[in-house]
Amino acid sequence: MTETNEPTTDATGGASFADLAGQEHQPPRLDPDAPPVLTVDNLRMWFPVKSSGVVSRTVGHVQAVDGVSFEVPKGGALGLVGESGCGKSTTGRLITRLYKPTSGSMYFGENRQDIAAMSNRQLKPLRRDVQMIFQDPYTSLNPRHTVGAIVGAPLEVHNVVPKKQVLKRVQELLEVVGLNPEHYNRYPNEFSGGQRQRIGIARALTLNPKLLVADEPVSALDVSIQAQVINLLQDLQKEFDIAFLFIAHDLAVVRHFCPEVAVMYLGKIVEIADRDTLYKSSHHPYTQALLSAVPDIKQAAVGGRRERIRLEGDVPSPINPPSGCRFRTRCPIAKEICAKVEPPLMQIGPRHKVACHFPAELGKAPQHPVTAGLLGVDSQGSPDAGVTPTAIAEGPGYEKQWFDLQRREMVSA
Amino acid sequence: MTVTAPSSTRPGASSGEPFLVVEDLTVKFPTEDGQITAVQGLSYSVEKGKTLGIVGESGSGKSVSSMAVLGLHDTKSAKITGSIRIDGQEVVGLSESKMRKIRGRQVSMIFQDALAALHPFYKVGGQLAEAYRVHHPSASKREARRKAIEMLDRVGIPQPDRRADDFPHQFSGGMRQRAMIAMGLINDPSLIVADEPTTALDVTVQAQILDLLQDLQREFDSAIIMITHDLGVIAEMADDILVMYGGRGVEYGTAKDVLTRPQMPYTWGLLSSVPDVAGDTDAPLIPIPGNPPSLLKPPPGCAFNPRCLHKDKVAGGLCTSQMPELLESPTVPGHLKRCHLADPDAVYQAEVLPVIAPETLEENDPR
Repeated sequence: MTETNEPTTDATGGASFADLAGQEHQPPRLDPDAPPVLTVDNLRMWFPVKSSGVVSRTVGHVQAVDGVSFEVPKGGALGLVGESGCGKSTTGRLITRLYKPTSGSMYFGENRQDIAAMSNRQLKPLRRDVQMIFQDPYTSLNPRHTVGAIVGAPLEVHNVVPKKQVLKRVQELLEVVGLNPEHYNRYPNEFSGGQRQRIGIARALTLNPKLLVADEPVSALDVSIQAQVINLLQDLQKEFDIAFLFIAHDLAVVRHFCPEVAVMYLGKIVEIADRDTLYKSSHHPYTQALLSAVPDIKQAAVGGRRERIRLEGDVPSPINPPSGCRFRTRCPIAKEICAKVEPPLMQIGPRHKVACHFPAELGKAPQHPVTAGLLGVDSQGSPDAGVTPTAIAEGPGYEKQWFDLQRREMVSA
Repeated sequence: MTVTAPSSTRPGASSGEPFLVVEDLTVKFPTEDGQITAVQGLSYSVEKGKTLGIVGESGSGKSVSSMAVLGLHDTKSAKITGSIRIDGQEVVGLSESKMRKIRGRQVSMIFQDALAALHPFYKVGGQLAEAYRVHHPSASKREARRKAIEMLDRVGIPQPDRRADDFPHQFSGGMRQRAMIAMGLINDPSLIVADEPTTALDVTVQAQILDLLQDLQREFDSAIIMITHDLGVIAEMADDILVMYGGRGVEYGTAKDVLTRPQMPYTWGLLSSVPDVAGDTDAPLIPIPGNPPSLLKPPPGCAFNPRCLHKDKVAGGLCTSQMPELLESPTVPGHLKRCHLADPDAVYQAEVLPVIAPETLEENDPR
């Protein structure tokens, strides 16, 4: 997979199609018992909105991330999908602590330290374990530094190896990501987009991280190069046992890379499940709309467009999100209760959580909200004195017990 | 539309000719390092009411060729040869003043980045009205404004009479794209060139925009050239597909033929390097090795040969010595491909398809 700038040389290295197809590039399977490397609990990031004028008062908050909980298993991969403005990138930046969260906690590593509240000084040793890959390989590399300086910088910051050995380690890393190690003294502008993204990946790998936050790592690349980079990330994941938080808006790429996927809408997770459940039997109307909007190559055999759920309008402003369920303004099945009560992120299967009053597969939405009894409200969403609310576990992980939609009661595995 | 081999199309406007005919188009740019051949020997045609999808990587010449259709290249620096006929009229070598009459009126363009394509200092409604008044000099300002509001309404912008007085930055990404489509369509053009119209958008907004384009196409019976690298979008939108590589067309046929029975290893590479949202999760991604070729110094023989995984199946090193012609496939009439492989169908069925889409094998009947 070595890339060369000389067009006349053979880029295939003599490999045939069957050779490439035979290479193992599969992501590790979902390991349900893997301990979490990161546990995010009720994470919240509200950015203040200041009024104009001399005295700038805070007049509101952009609720970019509002109470998000999930777990990233060790050596696994969690995908985070959603439309732009849903808070997925903010979540990634919170985990790398480029922002300090408003509230909530993030437990990281074996000692389960809470990195949400740490000071920068306390964080420094932990920073090497959480690294980030950025979207745009053209703006994320300093054009005036050589590749050797870019990839070697983390080594010097953290004093990992003596100065004399930095170059050796840089060359090792360049080789790992499929670049020519002799190119360490070149500048980023001498590389193509795919190669630059490899440099960014090499930089993220320098300190042997345990968790990589990949924010749209392939969306700026050409199709043929995308596959090269995805395969590289999968190889690295297997080789170094790195966990990934994979943020992307391309649902097909996320499905290929992540055994578990969370769907975000307006700062909240609306559905989280393992890959097969989410893509084959999603229970949230937003997930269903997203999936139906993805154009499918197989459609060429049939011709014309696929039937899709049309979502009207745009995502509402996160400064002033709708009451109750945030998706109700665009939801095809919204009812009265949705405006009054916010649906909890409720576990409805062994590894499946959904935040909806009417969770069901597409076209099978129930007449009455399944959550009414649990939340202590009637089916219109008004408080019902006769019903005592049941405690619904809203922790980051999965419980042994869940609410069965058919039987309308709690069941356990 | 009928796919014709470039040699069989007669030059000159005839009554039965498709709305847009591009023949043997070559675009060259002289640079300090030498002459760059961005597009070479490209031929295609689009009929009214039909959509042609052009696919290819960056640098494959897809944008350059369609900009030539609109006459957007600087005639001082770009050397354009060949023939581009819009409704029978030759536009290669047409003077700028005559081109300006066609551009925006008969042919219009929708760009990828709406924020960059709209002027940040002028109101959206004003920009639309200007596009209308350029081609309707007798129209009053009020009339042009009414037309602008009507178009904004047509593309689904809520409260168009109020939003017409907004600046582009006050619109969301999807709305800006709609506004630009409205601007492109305000003079009812017969040909729309859409250059990556949905690449920067979310899937839900992308679906809205594609629906809109199809509705408008049906209503105005316009021809659309859709440039994109998203094969899914192409599969759902296009009637015909032209695959470009290194400035040349390498495969050309109906959407169904090109995507279900592709005959050129580059198209196979494109298909095998994108994951499918409904396919088997275990199907591996097989990237195309290497990078797109240099246009300054193209590799000898087939431009794709340095990255081709199937060139060992062609005897005598033909791939590295001789550029294959864009010829009609012997098995599928009207399907053009530029490849030396003798029986690409067999290779695709036997080697590529089982790996990239094992679950489709049962449905596929190898004819």
